[in-house]
This record gives sequence, C-alpha cells and structure tokens, in this order.
Amino acid sequence: MKILTGNDLKTGAVIWWDGEAWSPHVDDAVDVGEHAAEILAREEAARHVNASYAVDAARTAAGVRPAHIKERIRALGPTVRPDLTLKPADPEALNWVI
Amino acid sequence: MYRYDQYDQAMVDTRVEEFRDQTRRRIEGTLAEENFRPLRLQNGLYLQLHAYMLRVAVPYGTLNSRQMRMLGDIADKYDRGYGHFTTRQNIQYNWIKLEDAPDILADLATVEMHAIQTSGNCIRNISSDQYAGATADEIVDPRPYAELLRQWSSFHPEFLHLPRKFKIAVIASDTDRAAMKLHDIGIQLVRNEAGEIGAAFYVGGGMGRTPMIAPCINPFVPIDQLITYSEACLRIYNRYGRRDNKYKARIKILVHELGKEEYTRQVEQEFAHLLTQDIEPPLAELERIKAHFVDPPFETGLADNLDLSDPDFALWVKANTAPHRQPGYIIAVASLKPVGGIPGDASADQIRLMADLAQEYSFDELRVTHAQNIVFPHVRKADLYALWQKLDAADLSTANIDSIGDIIACPGLDYCTLANARSIPVAQKISQRFAAHDRLDTIGELKLKISGCINACGHHHAGHIGILGVDRKGVENYQLLLGGSEGADTSLGQITGPGFSEDGIVDAVEKTTDVYLAHRQEGERFLDTYRRIGMAPFKEALYG
Repeated sequence: MKILTGNDLKTGAVIWWDGEAWSPHVDDAVDVGEHAAEILAREEAARHVNASYAVDAARTAAGVRPAHIKERIRALGPTVRPDLTLKPADPEALNWVI
Repeated sequence: MYRYDQYDQAMVDTRVEEFRDQTRRRIEGTLAEENFRPLRLQNGLYLQLHAYMLRVAVPYGTLNSRQMRMLGDIADKYDRGYGHFTTRQNIQYNWIKLEDAPDILADLATVEMHAIQTSGNCIRNISSDQYAGATADEIVDPRPYAELLRQWSSFHPEFLHLPRKFKIAVIASDTDRAAMKLHDIGIQLVRNEAGEIGAAFYVGGGMGRTPMIAPCINPFVPIDQLITYSEACLRIYNRYGRRDNKYKARIKILVHELGKEEYTRQVEQEFAHLLTQDIEPPLAELERIKAHFVDPPFETGLADNLDLSDPDFALWVKANTAPHRQPGYIIAVASLKPVGGIPGDASADQIRLMADLAQEYSFDELRVTHAQNIVFPHVRKADLYALWQKLDAADLSTANIDSIGDIIACPGLDYCTLANARSIPVAQKISQRFAAHDRLDTIGELKLKISGCINACGHHHAGHIGILGVDRKGVENYQLLLGGSEGADTSLGQITGPGFSEDGIVDAVEKTTDVYLAHRQEGERFLDTYRRIGMAPFKEALYG
C-alpha cells in the first residue's frame, strides 16, 4: 500500500494521511493508491502539512507498517528515547521498528 | 569573553524581528515553503525526522553561565527537557515548534546568542580549541582572532551564498584539539623567527563523502592581514567552486582539482589585489576585541597539589583534567558520555547545574568541545574535589575523556533525515561493552567516532576507530574504519572490509582492541600500534 506522511506546519509533528485529515498515528494511515500527488498538492497548498511524501507500507496484524526503517522511526519516535515515543509503555514498540 | 556592543545587539534583535515576520507570513500562507526554507535555514531552523530542529551558535565553543542557563531554560520551555551538544561546538534542540522559533531567538538575544549562519551555504560558526586561554601550550589565546573572523563573516554580503557551507577553525598550539586540518580553512596562529604572530593557512580540508586533509598554502600570513587573506581564499572559492554539483561544491574539491599550487597562486594574486583595497580592519579593532579576553583574576601563590586519596576522584583527575598555565589551577572536563548514555545530550537540569558550577568554580566560563563534552577552563585545584562531587551527583563525572567510552556520535537515524543508520544505539552498546574503568585504563587513548551517513557529522574518518552506518536494502549496516586521526598527525581512516550488523560491529570493535592489546609495545596508543603493524592483523582477526 501507498501511504502519505509529512510534518505539521506549525508544530513540526509527524503526521499521516487518514483519508480525511492528518493523524499522528501511522495505524490511521490509508492506502491512497494512485492519488498521492493530487492529495499532497492539495494539502500542502492548504498548509495542513509540510514536507510531505508518499511511502510504501504494508497492513500487518500489528497495524500499518512502513516498508523502510526511516519511516518506522518517524512513526514511533527515537528508538533511544522510548519515553519520547508515541508508545512509551509498550516494550514491543522497538521490535516493531527494527 | 566577548560582549556585544550596540551594533552586535541591534543586528541580532533586528534579525529576530525579521524572522518573526517571515514565520508569521509562512503560517498565514503568504510565504511558500520553497521561499521560507532558505530563510529558516539561515536562522538555524531545520525540519528533521520528528520535528523542527534549532541549531544555536556557540561562537568558538565559549559560553558564560548566564548563556548556559538560558540554554537549559530553552530546553524546558520550548523543547522536551534536553539539548544536544554537537561536533561544531554548538547545541541543537530536537523538538521545536515553528510557531515558537521567533520567541526562542528573542530569548537567546537577551543573552547575546543567536542561530544565525548555523545552516546554509555560508561561513558557519567559527570553531576553536576548547582549552583556549587556559592551556600552557598555546602561543596566544586564539579566541580574539576567532571573534574577529566571526565579525567579518557574519552577514558578509559576498559570502552568504557560497557554493556550499564553509567551516573555519582557529587554533594557537601545535596540539590540535579542533580537527583544524579537516576544515575548509584551518588557521594555526604561529610565531615567526622575529617573534611576530601570524597565521598559517590550511585550506581545502573536510570530511563528508570525500574526506581530505587540508594542505598548508601559506605558513605565515602577518596577523594584520588575517582578514584580507581569508577574504582572498573565499573569493577564489566563491568564483570557481562547483555550483553545478552539490557533491563537488566544497572548497576541498576545488583545491584538489586545481591543485594546491594553482589554487595558492590564485589566492596570492587576489590577496595582492585586496591589499590595495584596504579591507583589513584596523588593529585597534583587534585590540578592542582582545580586551574582552583578558585573564580572569587568578589568585597567585596557590598550592599546586591535589589530594588524590579518593580513588574515584583520582581516576577522574587522570582522565578528565588537563594542565592549566596558571599555577594552582586546572582545566576540568564534564563528560556528556555516561555509560550507555546518548553522546552529547544533557538535560535542562544538567545544563543549568553546569552553569551554576561555572559561576562558582570557573570564573563564569564554559566551553563546548567538538567531542561533545563541556569544559570548565579555570578551576582552582583546591576546588576540584568539590566540583567533581557535584558533577558526580548529576551523572556528569564519567572518567572517560579521549577513551573508547568518549564516543563522538551524530544523531543518526533516530533524529536526522539524512541518516541511513542509527548511530546512538551503537555508541551505547560499545560504551556498555567497555564500561569497566580498568578496561578503559588498559586500552588508554582511543578515539571512536560514529556517523550515520556519508556526510560524516560524527567524524568517522578521523576516528582511531571509525564507524559508518549505511543502508543495505533497508537494513542498517556498519562499516569499520581504522587509523584516522584529527590531531597534529591528521590522517584518514581506512575501511577494513565488509560491514557488520548492529551487534556485529560491537564485537568487531572488541576484536580490534584485542589485536591492539596483543601487539602494542610500551607506551603505544592504539593509533601508534595500528600505524606500526598496519591493517593486516586487524583484518585477519575480523574476517579470517
């Protein structure tokens, strides 16, 4: 599947396209198929997102998982500071990234 | 240390308000990202993996306690309670909001700090020896000269759009603690036979994807021509540097392609022309700056001994202090590399504590080192034990400076958009593997440096042991390099062979140190042994 990510313009927070708006949770990301460029152009113009791009991902039993480790780290947070990630209490979160 | 005059303050304050307006326009939509991006970068604001990142300039690594305290307060007020000290002697914050950035710059301006020219294709923060003004082996304090260069390079209209970024280091001793020859321009202040001070210019060094050691193009430029000669070096680069190819745009490529002789010839020709233009600041300006760097009021007649009866303190003194030129004083280094910690990171509380300790014990001065530690440059030996106890209570007293535990690591893939692999976890695992003090002591000086990509922010080319993280089809892989050095004996590390996994690289480092310990002769550092026996025994142990 093809999913969309970027950063919130004002806060810089990592966000994912959920089909209607932008979510901080990669699990909310939807497959945009062939519509990536069209959605990104519209959302960038509306200043809903900054530095956006499309990435490959797969829907797994554990949720949406970006294909590349860089986007998995973006989705979770720095692996060296679990306290600053989106899942600070989840001991399995790091395994999901690696 | 240098204090802003009314012009400095007015420039910085004006820049803050200018950026406040630019930020407002970006958020409101009247300024597009493609137009805003170069403006925010000129103010040190990047967009990184998780958020905006702000890089704050620490000129030649020197701070007073008021500035350091502000850095701690910013970490709490606008970030997530910590900052990251960098290999350019700066500090970075990883979780900045765009809408807060103008307020942060305004707060910095109140303590004579800014983030100007910490990014972009311009002359970046001038770096220097972290022991400047304190060490016995310098011929002169290099900081006034670094400050003169800072003032010349700040908002220099001709050099704000160079082919690529440009880094200058200034030192004044034969012991190079600033990796001077790995800069675009490295300047060593020297004396000639008449006893006059001048500047040796090394041009065209750098790390990154094409590491080069800067050749000396002029061994003695009279000090009253320092700026004019620097201008000539920059002009030739600005005129002929490769703007068509980002990867060939640094001055090292120009010097390499032209050849040292031809580049030098052109610089000398431009220099002769510039001498007719009278662009050098009057020496009175240098004297005005020098007045800011007079010695603090050292006491005389102090005892020059230390009570080393506490074994942990003795260990720390051996590893984390350096001789001071004033009897009764010593240079002390707070390690930002606790075992298993993140190299260069310090919490807001730790930052504020170090500010307090500088005020109490070091004439209000601190230095950031390019190895990502913090120096207290002027400590009375009689106060050293008290300082150590307070550092120890805050986890800032790891006795590991210049050892395998004192690892330089870039932020890597945990924070950086450019990175291909994580650096910090590798540093953490190595520091844990070599945590025992007796093991560190046995191995001795061994500088290990890790970069998460070819851009080499972690200086892996210059590590006695260097590690480069690469991407192998989406999987992190780590190359091992041996034999680099950043000192007076600067050399570039050589790759051992095929790379390793995250855990494999830790084992590889251990095998490498085992080879060293098995082969070393009396008094040899790791680097000495490597240079004597060569790569073969290490490759045999790693791949045989």
